[in-house]
Amino acid sequence: MAFEPKIVGFLCNWCSYTGADLAGVSRIKSAPNVRIIRTMCSGRVDPTFILKAFQLGADGVIVMGCHLGDCHYQDGNFKTIRRIPFLKRLIQGFGIDSRRLRLEWVSASEGDRFAKVVNEMTEEIRGLGPLQLYVHKVALNAGQHEMAE
Amino acid sequence: MVTINIDGKSVEVVEDTTILKAAEKAGVWIPTMCHSEYCEPYGVCRLCSVEVVRGKRSRIVTSCNFPVRGGMTVHTNSEKIRWLRKTIMELMVSRWPNVKVVRDMAERLGAGKPRFVSLERDEAENACILCGTCVNMCNDVVKAGVLGFAHTGIQRKVVLPFDERSDQCIVCGACAHVCPTGHIRMILEDYRGKKAEFTLGPKTPIYVPTLQAVPRVPVIDTASCIHFQTGGCETCANVCEPNAINFKMEDEFVDIEVGQVLVTTGFDLFDAGKMAQYGYGRLDNVYSSLEFESILNSTGPTGGKVVLKNGKEPRAVGIIHCIGSRDVNHHPYCSRVCCMYALKFAHLVRDRTDAAIYQFYIDMRAFGKGYEEFYNRLLDEGITMIRGKAAEVVEGAWSGNGEPSLKIRCEDTLIGKFREIPVDMVVLCNAMEAREDSDVVKRLFSVSKSPDGFFLERHPKLDPTSTSTDGVFIAGCAQGPKDIPDTVAQASSAAARILSLISKGEVEIEPIRAMVQEEYCSGCKICNGLCPYGAIEFVTEKNVSHVNEALCKGCGTCVAACPSSAMTGHGFSDAQILAELNGLLV
Repeated sequence: MAFEPKIVGFLCNWCSYTGADLAGVSRIKSAPNVRIIRTMCSGRVDPTFILKAFQLGADGVIVMGCHLGDCHYQDGNFKTIRRIPFLKRLIQGFGIDSRRLRLEWVSASEGDRFAKVVNEMTEEIRGLGPLQLYVHKVALNAGQHEMAE
Repeated sequence: MVTINIDGKSVEVVEDTTILKAAEKAGVWIPTMCHSEYCEPYGVCRLCSVEVVRGKRSRIVTSCNFPVRGGMTVHTNSEKIRWLRKTIMELMVSRWPNVKVVRDMAERLGAGKPRFVSLERDEAENACILCGTCVNMCNDVVKAGVLGFAHTGIQRKVVLPFDERSDQCIVCGACAHVCPTGHIRMILEDYRGKKAEFTLGPKTPIYVPTLQAVPRVPVIDTASCIHFQTGGCETCANVCEPNAINFKMEDEFVDIEVGQVLVTTGFDLFDAGKMAQYGYGRLDNVYSSLEFESILNSTGPTGGKVVLKNGKEPRAVGIIHCIGSRDVNHHPYCSRVCCMYALKFAHLVRDRTDAAIYQFYIDMRAFGKGYEEFYNRLLDEGITMIRGKAAEVVEGAWSGNGEPSLKIRCEDTLIGKFREIPVDMVVLCNAMEAREDSDVVKRLFSVSKSPDGFFLERHPKLDPTSTSTDGVFIAGCAQGPKDIPDTVAQASSAAARILSLISKGEVEIEPIRAMVQEEYCSGCKICNGLCPYGAIEFVTEKNVSHVNEALCKGCGTCVAACPSSAMTGHGFSDAQILAELNGLLV
């Protein structure tokens, strides 16, 4: 069976989530691999969420927000653009390829851009293969034990 | 006040008035050539010469600049003067035989065939007659100082500095306006990039904004007004009797506190010059829709008559739909209103002229009340409907007649043939598009734009007048192309929403808010500076931060930044998001 990447997407409510909605309403075909978590602003995305996502088994994480200057909350996305690129470099130290974390700006009217970004990322992660972290195996084993109990 | 006698008539004038002005008051005509109402008298043509008798002495002076003195007697039509005038005109005719103002004046003053042969004879109809009005306008009135005279005697001519284009020239057109022979012309060099002007015909820097402006008061465009560029002119203020013109007026910036905003910034018309194949801006008699509206309007440049540039009635008019809309190269959307106003144009042209009328359409969109019935009525009026978007507009000459006109090349898809339709006038149905500065407005009010460039409504069906930002509403063509009934309906709906919120007296806000758990807060104040709304304040007595719930909009930036996890967000707390992650992945 072909490897289907598990990608978690953090989308800001006003721009990128609406853009994703537009892609859906417009029936644009896009890969189903991005699982979306909605936050009010991309500035809400705590780097620990991203690390937790990788820990829980995500093969890739994408953060999407409004274009710079267009943030619904004025400058939330400026905070994002400070955090995510730094995190990208940081995760390399954990053995996670920096291409597995991606930051994109998608506006409310860019349904086709959302689809394009999702498709591109899915293919890239598919090429990179599943994320193998030592921590994974431990956590998963622990989880299985818990479920068994 | 002094009294003088002109040709036997007594007239009382203010001292130091010129004889010319006094003669005007007395109803006596004195010919002039170099005189202009805009400038100070120049006195070079000598045509206005009159005989002044004072006591026993009689002299010939130029009436345009000679001041009156009490008791003066002036003869404007004595034999000496008549001979003088004829000679002057003969001199002028010998040099400029084909200039209209010279010939007309020569005829009026009875000058016959000239006795002279000029060494500088100029046969042009628009030759420069060296009246100097342009130079005086440019130097004294406009104060740009670009034109001047060079050389002396017979070589004298009007020149630009070093005979080159001048950067000082502010292109005000004053010289072209006052030139009596048409020697100086204003030429539009490059159409590209020029915003379409919807009131055809010359427009001065002081103008009434639109044909039906309320209040109907002129405004001054400071960008093109001479006074604001050189400090000169002020001709309008000089002639305004109630002294209503105040050049010192400045923009006033007023701060008004409001709770809600209704954005109705309208639309821009697609610039048909971007589609070179239709000849807009290049060929004569090709009009955009709004230009044609101003032609049809009874207060427009032609008084409502449908005429070509040369004043004649067109023999055939072509109306081309979908210029810039339903077009992958420009705007894919349909501009909604064009089919109906194209039918309206056809109806009015049929009403006012005998021209043959052709409509080039893709689909006929007659969607509203009475619209389809109107379309059927037009079919009965004998308008030719050609289903096929016109490919191009070219110059063509109608066979037999030989007069230059236009030709529309199209494909008639209903009969499956290519056709060339000869017309005299082409009217384009330009698309409505979002305003050029809509990005600026968008940032100001935190609204989004839909893919077609117009402002995004909260929900296309259930909430077309709100935006995703509370308190900001949109209506009219700012939200998308629409006609008048729809705009009125939408505007009323937006106004009603706003009024209902105002009358409620209180506002319901979303419960998504940040909150500080004071036991965990270390007082680092990182969050204080992050908030774009300044909603976080530091409470020094307790050494913790505190969120003002009225100001907080719930973006969560502070929550993400808090190093102690003291800040949480109602609705988007860390625990909630981590639970979502668990659900997605495990």
